[in-house]
Amino acid sequence: MLAFIIRRLLQALLVMAVMSGLVFVGLYVVGDPVSMMASPEATELERDAIRANFGLDKPLLEQYAIFMSHAVRFDFGKSFLTGQSAMGLILERMPATLELAVVAMTLAGLVGVPLGIWAGLRPDALSTRGIMTGSVLGFSLPNFWVGLMLIMVFAVYLGWVPASGRGKTVMLGPLDLSVLTLDGWSRLILPACTIAMAKAALIIRVTRAATREALPMDYIKFARAKGLAWSRILRVHLLKNILIPIVTVFGLEFGQVVAFAVVTETIFAWPGMGKLLLDSIITLDRPVVVAYLILIVFFLVMLNLVTDILYSVLDPRVRLQAAKA
Amino acid sequence: MTTLTPPTVVIDPTPLPPPETPWQRLRREFFANKLAVSGLVLLLLAIGVAVFAPWISPQNPYDIGKLDIFDSKLPPGSKDAAGTMTYWLGTDSQARDLLSAIFYGLRTSLMVGGISVAAALVIGSIVGLAAAYFGGWVDALLMRIVDIQLSFPSILVALILLAILGKGVDKVILALVIVQWAYFARAARGAALVERAKEYVEAAQCMALGSPRILLRHMLPNCLPPLIVIATIDLAHAIALESTLSFLGVGVPVTEPSLGMLIANGFEFMLSGHYWISFFPGIALALAIVGINLVGDHLRDILNPHNAH
Repeated sequence: MLAFIIRRLLQALLVMAVMSGLVFVGLYVVGDPVSMMASPEATELERDAIRANFGLDKPLLEQYAIFMSHAVRFDFGKSFLTGQSAMGLILERMPATLELAVVAMTLAGLVGVPLGIWAGLRPDALSTRGIMTGSVLGFSLPNFWVGLMLIMVFAVYLGWVPASGRGKTVMLGPLDLSVLTLDGWSRLILPACTIAMAKAALIIRVTRAATREALPMDYIKFARAKGLAWSRILRVHLLKNILIPIVTVFGLEFGQVVAFAVVTETIFAWPGMGKLLLDSIITLDRPVVVAYLILIVFFLVMLNLVTDILYSVLDPRVRLQAAKA
Repeated sequence: MTTLTPPTVVIDPTPLPPPETPWQRLRREFFANKLAVSGLVLLLLAIGVAVFAPWISPQNPYDIGKLDIFDSKLPPGSKDAAGTMTYWLGTDSQARDLLSAIFYGLRTSLMVGGISVAAALVIGSIVGLAAAYFGGWVDALLMRIVDIQLSFPSILVALILLAILGKGVDKVILALVIVQWAYFARAARGAALVERAKEYVEAAQCMALGSPRILLRHMLPNCLPPLIVIATIDLAHAIALESTLSFLGVGVPVTEPSLGMLIANGFEFMLSGHYWISFFPGIALALAIVGINLVGDHLRDILNPHNAH
């Protein structure tokens, strides 16, 4: 188990180093960040001063060496644009993104799992046809367009909720959360539904497939032969056994949601780290982009690790093997 | 042809039907499903519109000389200033006929999606087949790269790539190929590993045929069905991803707008009630993607050996 975890973390470190190197060089080639930082009237002398201040006058290899020597001490440089610590900027925005992702995945699970089981139990029913067609629509409709249409209907025409921004937040320890206020919910619900719609479609499909696979199994037949109530068989015997594929999808999709936040946050002007990434890419704010990538690699690896560990908790037959890491 | 009737037909009251070829089975099962057929109709319609856009569009939306700025943001069904032409789906902020813009946009979207999926299919299949055929460290190295790439969300990889590459149709295609080849590599390797263990490969090796020939002429055709399914479903992904990137402003250039860009253009006018500029391009995009998904979904069901009837 420990070897498995260590191996995964080492792999993550390698990926972080390679990714940051590639992006570092890539963004270096693209353009001169000084043109973004200095005012248009700045003299060449002032531009040189800015370059020297951020160490941009040094050769690329030296810049990267300096960056790496700082990075191992968890210092990822300062934003070219604001001068604040790049990682600090991202961490400041992270609670908003995570909150959105958690609420969206919870909604998707609450809708997707029951509908998926229903569809799995009655493969030929008309309602199942409806659910499955709906799920094809759910992941076919372009997500950003669904977001726009939700804004149009619920914010512009009906005027029930505001179209953008994040509502009042309440500090809960280090996290500022908007799920605790009514204003927060009114702004959270549209972006969350946008994401949840696509994810629920996926969860329905996975749950249905797993249910259909589990139903003919001996343990279900045995439980029925014992005369157990159908609801108990569903809740205990079936649900426990179909959890593994569902948990896998949750783990993978949670990572996708956080990455895809770039889109949702842009539409709803949600002040999360996805919006920050897009802005930083456009302004060539290299330290922020590199720091974001390092953070997201770490996040995705941890997510995979937790998912894998959950397997062996959920199903004692699964043993984690260091060799398979 | 006329007189030689085999006597067995007369003797046997229930003659066996001729054996069905795999392609016949595929066709029969595909056309038995109404949803799949309607998906195919949608897809063909989208392709038809994209190919013939310059001939069927009421207006060339990129001929700036023809546009009249007084016609901008007209609601659907309005007449133009001269009263000679009806804008069935309205006009956008630059007075372009939205129907024509959608036709042209579909052209860009489908072209980018189609080319990138085809290229990813070719590259990914070759990599996957090579990994399975040669095994050993080649396999380990290639699959490790695939694993790492697939652990990254595709939108993020494409976004970063385009930040480095810059705007342009060719650059979007390149980014989409880089994002997608790994799916095909993994699927091709899986299929090829199964095929590699079969006797015909051994026979070909005994005949001392070269590796490229065995890979491409013998193994590849047998690995194609799962790859075609993935290519179909991936086409939907590619089109959605392209439109998302263009929506974010890092995709295709303004001179060749795709559907995603049309939607993005309408975004800023939506809050003031001009819904149609974003709404109709989105419907067109959604119909194309739904069509592709319905076809791909059903193909997968048919070609999945677990579901064979």
